[in-house]
Amino acid sequence: MEKRFWNEYQKEIADDHFFYERSCIRQTFFPGSEAAFLRILRNELGKDICDNPHQHTCTGIGYHSDVVPFETTMTVVARLFSLMTECGYENYVPSCVTSFGVFSEVIEKWENNPKLLEQARQYLWEATKREFNIPKNIVHPSDVIYKFRFDLKPKMKYQLVNRFTGKPLRVVEHIGCHYAKIFPERGIGKAEFPYVLAGMIEAWGGEVIDYPERRHCCGFGFRQYLVQENRGYSIANTKKKFQSMEPYEPDFILTNCPGCNMFLDKWQYTIAEMEHKTYDKEGYGIPVLTYEELAGLLLGYDPWKLGFQLHQVQSEPLFNKIGIAYNPDEKYKGISGRLLPRPARPECLRQD
Amino acid sequence: MKTVSIIGAGPAGIEAAYVLAKQGVAVSLFEKSSSPLKNIADKAFLFPNFAAATDIVEQMNRKLLNANITQHLDTDIVGLVHEGEQGWKLTDNRGNSYYSDNVVLATGYTPFDAHRKEELGYGIYNGVVTSLEMEKMIRYNQIVNSMGEKPKRVVFLQCVGSRDEKSGNHYCSKVCCVTAVKQAIEIKKQLPDAEAYIFYMDLRMWGQHFEEMYRQSQQDYGVRYVRGRISEASGTFDGRVQIKAEDTLMGLPLKMTTDLLVLMVGMEASEGTRCLAKAAGICGEYGFAQSTDPHLGDNLTGQQGLYVCGACKRPMSINDVVNDGRAAAFAILEG
Repeated sequence: MEKRFWNEYQKEIADDHFFYERSCIRQTFFPGSEAAFLRILRNELGKDICDNPHQHTCTGIGYHSDVVPFETTMTVVARLFSLMTECGYENYVPSCVTSFGVFSEVIEKWENNPKLLEQARQYLWEATKREFNIPKNIVHPSDVIYKFRFDLKPKMKYQLVNRFTGKPLRVVEHIGCHYAKIFPERGIGKAEFPYVLAGMIEAWGGEVIDYPERRHCCGFGFRQYLVQENRGYSIANTKKKFQSMEPYEPDFILTNCPGCNMFLDKWQYTIAEMEHKTYDKEGYGIPVLTYEELAGLLLGYDPWKLGFQLHQVQSEPLFNKIGIAYNPDEKYKGISGRLLPRPARPECLRQD
Repeated sequence: MKTVSIIGAGPAGIEAAYVLAKQGVAVSLFEKSSSPLKNIADKAFLFPNFAAATDIVEQMNRKLLNANITQHLDTDIVGLVHEGEQGWKLTDNRGNSYYSDNVVLATGYTPFDAHRKEELGYGIYNGVVTSLEMEKMIRYNQIVNSMGEKPKRVVFLQCVGSRDEKSGNHYCSKVCCVTAVKQAIEIKKQLPDAEAYIFYMDLRMWGQHFEEMYRQSQQDYGVRYVRGRISEASGTFDGRVQIKAEDTLMGLPLKMTTDLLVLMVGMEASEGTRCLAKAAGICGEYGFAQSTDPHLGDNLTGQQGLYVCGACKRPMSINDVVNDGRAAAFAILEG
């Protein structure tokens, strides 16, 4: 990167009192991330954040697959906003980037077509007898962590520095399409050079890699992976990104989207099995982290409680580079304290 | 004889001043820069006859030697108002005032700021340059890539900041198509082994000899043309630039790596044009100044004693603005 104009684009991010909405899929693939976000906001930053148990899907995947019509999505979104309203909050924080895109799109349509807003209010009332306010501030949780990145830094036990070489870790960041590609002005750094994750990486001591396919799709495109026959397109996209980033030798990949995390992580296994190819030098693959996992890790949270053992590409080589303390014996210990069965090892993707 | 103030010492302003001065009119020529002809100064050759820009600059500077022309360099006119019998009052940025019976607005254009098309990587990757920077490279025989080496491939992209919804400029800047053809030929003359590609929407070869230049560029110099816009430029590991585009004739996406990506930046109304057109109440579209009629009153403004000429009205080529400056002078003489 020669010069940086991308951090000139900023947006308003509320300071406190957030209503959190969880993702449909993140707790399956990255089960510690959402809990880590709540812990960081409440315990490290002393913020008020509501985690309402009555929340539900935003319909994002169904909507983008043309299974769910817009009117239904709009009404479901209205119900989520009614939960926020009933709890007395105005600042909405959806965990998933697709949800963030769906909410932004629905609000945009309401703003431009008040009839649709009237319709949504009517549908919601007829179905549930509920009412709602439109959030005053709607941001993605990565925006919130970005906003407080310098507040978190002094609390961190570790930095993004290779303890063996003393050099900054080299990080690929990948932003979910629905974060800024639909509404560029709603993303920090806008669509071409989003700064939301890059800002965290730089603040915490790392170095951002600018590689040619940086903006290319991760392979999660809904129509590519939902239809089994199209999955070749999905993996081809992911492979293109790996090939492009490989010469830069990234230490890990950081993302802010459930789908990007999942596909950049799991397709590495598939590519390794299909082609006996990994995109790091040692054959372990490139670890893929969520921004909550990264923040939690640097704050000194137990990696196993953050859910790192559920990643496809295992992160111990990264822990060792940073100097993260972890107990290998507790990697597969369940909540009850009993050891769970170890998963089968992949044939081509190396694990210690 | 009435006095005339001309704001802007580009080719239009100088030509108007010269014609008027030859007829015995006292002309005050105001220029905010320290020297006239700023927009031509670094050009290498001018289409369509590849005339050396230095020769044109020299000839135009010679016109300024007329005793009836008083030059006011480093003088930025920021205020323009008609004060009845006193005529037009011009105010510069230092607070000095100048009066004259007639004013010619010749404040010209400013090149489109390519930073605004951030997806094209200007200001981010050293291998991405503007057509103005390429012109300097050609002029000083220093066509080099970001590593200071001779490029093996140069890609031109047309319509950067023109005919473009995103930047808000829906108009054509008129000179970029032929400039890219001219620059590609110059590159092939200086670096015969280099490849030159031009990405275009359509090529507007409107002027005399332009079509011939376009043909010559392909037949004699092997310049290649791709119909399609570049959507994205990224830096590569070895310091080159990767571009993505769609070849709309082939109907296929295209990815290519190049040593230099040249953005053919369009014309926008200069700050002086915007400011003074607004002050005088003659604002047209996109911040350009508005004449009363494009056919028969293209130098008139509907305000007594106020005339417009050159690229302050719309994008124009150098030969266009010279003729237009001359036309403005005759409009004043006709009274």
